[in-house]
Amino acid sequence: MSLAVSLKHRFGTFRLDVDFEAPAGVTALYGRSGSGKTTMVNAVAGLLKPDAGIVSVDGVTLTDINAGLFVPPHKRRIGYVFQEPRLFPHLSVRSNLIYGARFAGLQDEREFDRIVGLLGIGTLLDRRPSKLSGGEKSRVALGRAILSKPRLLLMDEPLAALDEARKAEILPYFERLRDETGLPILYVSHSPAEVARLATTVVLVEDGRVAAIGAAAEVFSDPGAAHALGLREAGAVLTARIEAQEADGLTRLSTSAGPLLLPAVNGPPGTMVRVRLLAQDVMLATDKPSGISALNVLPARVRDIREGEGPGALVRLEAGDEIILARITRRSASALDLAPGRSVHAILKAVSIARESVGEI
Amino acid sequence: MTDWLTPEEWQAVALSLRVSLVATLFSLPLGIFVAYALARWRFPGHGLLNGLVHLPLVLPPVVTGYLLLLTFGRTGWIGGFLDGWFGLVFAFRWTGAALAAAIMAFPLMVRAIRLTIEAVDPKLEAAASTLGASRPWVFATITLPLILPGILAGSVLAFAKAMGEFGATITFVSSIPGQTQTMPSAIYALLQVPGGEAAVGRLVVIAVVIAMGALLLSEWIGRMVARRVGGA
Repeated sequence: MSLAVSLKHRFGTFRLDVDFEAPAGVTALYGRSGSGKTTMVNAVAGLLKPDAGIVSVDGVTLTDINAGLFVPPHKRRIGYVFQEPRLFPHLSVRSNLIYGARFAGLQDEREFDRIVGLLGIGTLLDRRPSKLSGGEKSRVALGRAILSKPRLLLMDEPLAALDEARKAEILPYFERLRDETGLPILYVSHSPAEVARLATTVVLVEDGRVAAIGAAAEVFSDPGAAHALGLREAGAVLTARIEAQEADGLTRLSTSAGPLLLPAVNGPPGTMVRVRLLAQDVMLATDKPSGISALNVLPARVRDIREGEGPGALVRLEAGDEIILARITRRSASALDLAPGRSVHAILKAVSIARESVGEI
Repeated sequence: MTDWLTPEEWQAVALSLRVSLVATLFSLPLGIFVAYALARWRFPGHGLLNGLVHLPLVLPPVVTGYLLLLTFGRTGWIGGFLDGWFGLVFAFRWTGAALAAAIMAFPLMVRAIRLTIEAVDPKLEAAASTLGASRPWVFATITLPLILPGILAGSVLAFAKAMGEFGATITFVSSIPGQTQTMPSAIYALLQVPGGEAAVGRLVVIAVVIAMGALLLSEWIGRMVARRVGGA
């Protein structure tokens, strides 16, 4: 799949002017609320007609305003999972699920059973949507969109309305969906944790413009994108392999930057996971520290330093094949005499973990 | 049943039922369309259409009946056209009574249906369109089932209003026994002759029974629909 989007649209004082191309996999539109993400997705779905622009999926042009082309939403074959589940209240879960299938041609019983199994909603089929929990509704909405056999799936913050526990319940289904169906997905989110966990490509949106685009690991560790990301969210995404589960509840992982010890990462040895390291959780030392409580100390080399307007500085480090981002003060940077090429030790205080299937990246 | 009603009284009851039923059923498709247009579309003349629909509610019924006579009478511009081309005559026929009843009941029907259409979340319809449903299909499978309670309530209201319509009917089609004498016209006529109280009493009882029956029926169907929709 390739998705090419070029849009210009304005309502009131807000102006959207974006242009990006995304390869196969999960593409995340990431940005703050009000940055224009939902407008972009609605334009791709055909629910909004932009003032100007082009949308094409897999070489099929769906919108080309200059050429007078605007395919209506029901002929686009683009699935859409909205912020709210939007289940049809007068239909059973089963009827909701097969609503789109009749337009996609033959109903495939095996495909139905497979998706229902994948989402774990087999016991809900005869219920009404009003009798479902929030997490169950989200899964049914997801299944309904997949069963309409779309060529592209749009997801507009499908987890935003759920609490943390429900999010944790749904995310594994999204990951299975991504890995087992191979369906291209455009995923809107303002949660960096979700994006780091799911996305192949990240499109960073700021004030109606594309501020950065690239692989998740690149965009999150790009100091130039830090402002759009929000400084607190800047950080690296490492690929790691689970080596062993230790008796004290810690998990030993290996990365190309060195070994890591983290609290309980689920999965048997050999599982590949993504580890998100926030820049503000990384400390730097010029000498190898001793007598320190932090378990993870990775040798690294300074690649560059970007100083902001405030007292802070973002230091980009090379460690093995990985990039690590550290946020320190300018005062510390000059006190330690940091400069590109300098060897340092990165000390990791805390990390959040994103599990990922074997073989990706 | 015919034992305790005279043939004339029975005729009036049957005619009223027929007039009300025809008026309700024939105005329903137009009522749904107008309610949908008023609820969902913004177009020039929106306010004018809204006013026109509600006019019979605020005009004296006699005026409505007189206007009907002017336009739908045999020499009226619509009436003459329909008579000449289709042989369809309204003036002083039971069809005219049905037309008068339909027009008088129309605002009530449209209001009830419009309220439920406004309560349907357009987001559900957008979701259906992304699943591949064309607009007519979205209307048939999503909108229509969700507004069923409003259609039902509107129909019952319209039927009840049609059963009781008097002023416009008697002005437009007069009160010809067996032809255009509906139940209210019959009650009025009977009140004009001495000794008609017994007959009036019987007709009043029937009017109350029919009205109560319609209300109970609509409540029962409403409950069935609500259960089917699941109270979401």
